[in-house]
Amino acid sequence: MSHVPAVGAASDLGNTGDDYWKPLFAGFEVSRKWIAERCPDVVVLVYNDHATAFDLNLVPTFAIACGEEFEIADEGWGRRPVPNVRGAPDLAWHVRQAVIEDGFDLTSVGNVPVDHGLTVPLTVMFDRPDAWPVRVVPLAVNVIVYPPPSGQRCYALGKAIRRAVESFDEDLDVQVWGTGGMSHQLQGPRAGLINSEFDARFLDGMVHDPEGLARIPHIEYMRDAGSEGIELVMWLVMRGALDARVREVHRHYHVPASNTAFGHLILENGP
Amino acid sequence: MPDSRIFRVASDMHYSAGSLMPSDKSYSDIPGTIVFDSDMARRGFHANQFCMSLMRPENRERFLADESTYLDEWPMSAAQKDAFLRRDYNALLGLGANVYYLSKLFFTDGQSFEQGAAAMTGMPREAYRAMMLAGGRPLAGNRYREESGGG
Repeated sequence: MSHVPAVGAASDLGNTGDDYWKPLFAGFEVSRKWIAERCPDVVVLVYNDHATAFDLNLVPTFAIACGEEFEIADEGWGRRPVPNVRGAPDLAWHVRQAVIEDGFDLTSVGNVPVDHGLTVPLTVMFDRPDAWPVRVVPLAVNVIVYPPPSGQRCYALGKAIRRAVESFDEDLDVQVWGTGGMSHQLQGPRAGLINSEFDARFLDGMVHDPEGLARIPHIEYMRDAGSEGIELVMWLVMRGALDARVREVHRHYHVPASNTAFGHLILENGP
Repeated sequence: MPDSRIFRVASDMHYSAGSLMPSDKSYSDIPGTIVFDSDMARRGFHANQFCMSLMRPENRERFLADESTYLDEWPMSAAQKDAFLRRDYNALLGLGANVYYLSKLFFTDGQSFEQGAAAMTGMPREAYRAMMLAGGRPLAGNRYREESGGG
């Protein structure tokens, strides 16, 4: 799902019922009912940091956060009034080792502050609880300093994460969330670009043709879905963790959320 | 005869002027877009780290109280400092600033990301917002520089 910061602000300020935001938030009702019935123990949350915990002094391509608790960052307008995020260090450390042994040279980080990239998806799914009902393993992907990892690499990482989670001793219910996108451009004279056709094809492909999506080159995202649309590679980590055949539980797409096309897809394993 | 194939491969790579990186830069013909690649990150390193410093309230105060003095603490080019003083975001993108870093300056100025984005398009804020409500900027005419009048 997309992680537009203004969506978090709308929730925090209680503006979700106004004309601008109502159609977007209406699409989350199904999602919130779905997750209330099958709330996982842990979410592996694939997101990107927006020059918050990581600046140009440290740009990991893939980083897994193994800490116990993640503070909500002040991104320059004060911290979001949402609870801190609890980690799942036992699982995270296990996944770290298993995935590196499986060929992915992940960077490990500890208790990093988390920004809207991680907290807005939690708001979308859980609204405004006093405490988040899940523990989270943040998996940060660099999509800001070009090039991000390829779609193929993200998709393969998802598969490695699946194997790692399955080999963990404890019996946990784990979901993988991919965030970012959809089409949007935040910079320069072309800012505001939206490509609903691209987004619709991408959502279809997530269900039926993830391997085809994984082959999309970076230039195609940047040219056709906006320079920041390249965040969509992060969805492929999530898709890689699922079975080849999946069931589409819910799809929601809305333009605009601030500068961005908001996309949201829930998939379950199985035909 | 030594096998020189490896050198031929190397010399076939395109080195753009002033660049340390071999790259085909196939993304340089996207109109109105500067890809924040290694060359830009190299050029904009200190400009972006200056923006990063604005995450701290005491730095925001100090910057707003005396912008030139604060900017002089960063080893930036005169062009970069001047563009920051003028809030010329498009010039800054060309000088290696990245938009997520620039957003720290938008917020320091009490502007939203939407206002910052609108400023870069040259559109009044209300017109930009209306464009987004109508479905955003269309792709047609905006894929290649030549079709957008030079981008």
